[in-house]
Amino acid sequence: MNVFDIIGPVMIGPSSSHTAGAARLGQIARKILGAPAVRAEITLCGSFAQTYRGHGTDKALIAGILGMRPDDERIRTSLELADRRGLHYEFKTASLPGAHPNTARIALTDAQGHTSVIQGASVGGGNILVSEINGMRVAVTSQYNTLIVLHHDVPGVIAAITNVMACSGLNIGNFQLSRPQKGGHAVMTIEVDGDVPPALTDSLKVLPNVISVELIEAV
Amino acid sequence: MLTYNTIDELCQAAEAAGQPISRVVLEDQAAQMETAPEVLYARMLENLKVMQNAVKAGMAPDLRSASGLSGGDAAKMQAYAATGGITGSFLNHATARALAVSEYNACMGKIVAAPTAGSCGIIPGTLLSVLDEGRCTEEQAVMALFTAGAVGMVIANRAFIAGAQGGCQAECGSAAAMAAAALVEVSGGTPRQCADACAMALKNQLGLVCDPVAGLVEVPCVKRNVAGIAVAFTAAEMSLAGIHSRIPADECIDAMREVGEALPCALRETAQGGLAATPTGQAVKKRIFGTQPE
Repeated sequence: MNVFDIIGPVMIGPSSSHTAGAARLGQIARKILGAPAVRAEITLCGSFAQTYRGHGTDKALIAGILGMRPDDERIRTSLELADRRGLHYEFKTASLPGAHPNTARIALTDAQGHTSVIQGASVGGGNILVSEINGMRVAVTSQYNTLIVLHHDVPGVIAAITNVMACSGLNIGNFQLSRPQKGGHAVMTIEVDGDVPPALTDSLKVLPNVISVELIEAV
Repeated sequence: MLTYNTIDELCQAAEAAGQPISRVVLEDQAAQMETAPEVLYARMLENLKVMQNAVKAGMAPDLRSASGLSGGDAAKMQAYAATGGITGSFLNHATARALAVSEYNACMGKIVAAPTAGSCGIIPGTLLSVLDEGRCTEEQAVMALFTAGAVGMVIANRAFIAGAQGGCQAECGSAAAMAAAALVEVSGGTPRQCADACAMALKNQLGLVCDPVAGLVEVPCVKRNVAGIAVAFTAAEMSLAGIHSRIPADECIDAMREVGEALPCALRETAQGGLAATPTGQAVKKRIFGTQPE
């Protein structure tokens, strides 16, 4: 925690958890998809499901999917903007057993038909916890700059990634690896101290067996 | 490095350095975040500008939230403040500022959570009033936000700042405590006087429940921001008058945590108790959300 977690974030009201956190979840879903979405299917549960219209949670989620940050004043009119940009969206409510009360499941499709699904919760003060990316268990908070590395589950990938990071003096604060099954795809969640230079993510992307690298910036 | 575990630590560090709390916090945060103090100062100045803009935008008479529950009251207060009122122009204008920022938040305006969106009107309502009335410089106001932030960090570490965890005392109570410390600093008080003001503000909000009608950050949140500035101003004035809190700030924070933990779930942002459970509160909920699934 730093002083800007308390005097901040700068955000569009009315609720840090129902609006700012929701925009952040949408933003992460868009980042994971890696291209503009043409379809969004959003499932809300708990408090999100009950009060999303009054809090503008729907507008914030769509705004995030359109790439807006939680302090973007266009959040208020994001649903109209989605129509103009050709993003078709659908909101559903459901109960997800064991999930945090402010949970959203966001399934996106791009123009080429690629899809991605994330599940995450808005856990208060604009902070979020993404618990699942494309069926893989992760723990992405918005507290630190975080690299999400999707890769093939073969020996040496972790060493290669962390070696490049070490060479650029980047300290890892937290590291998690998840894979649904042996030999398939796996995902690394790497929280780092300090800023991540764009050149670093570029050099990670070209490593053997790395499929994608996304940087989720801290709030 | 500071731990932000006690208000006492902040006072000791400031006293040892012979500096205000804000200065030692700025330098510590720059070290912890591995960046230059000037960068953090510039970022805090941006926050101050967002607060100033929210005050201005929130004064619009035709402002309305999606629910229709909020908007337009700051404009009424601003017009009334010009007449002087009972307590004078300063407090009434400050009330208008607090209402403006809180209403602007309810209407999906751009605000600074301080510490939360629900309590975002208290620091602008107090600190910007002192600034706008020419009683401190912009630099003092920006620096005081570091003091307010440090107080909030201690409260977050020792207790909580979320209504869902500790009730409104954790949101508006914390904001009032943060604002009180900031007011004392810009008025030339010592670090210990900042701590006393923080303690007195928190004490006077102990037990405040979080009972938002229909679960929205509108009723009673907007008007509780006004209560928060009144508490912050009077706590700061008492401290500057040389009055001490008989209970130290850190113990007040611990008491806030205990009280918050003892609050029933119905009074912690679940919209099941207090004002949310009144017949009118329930009717408002039905009007807005109709027959949505529970």
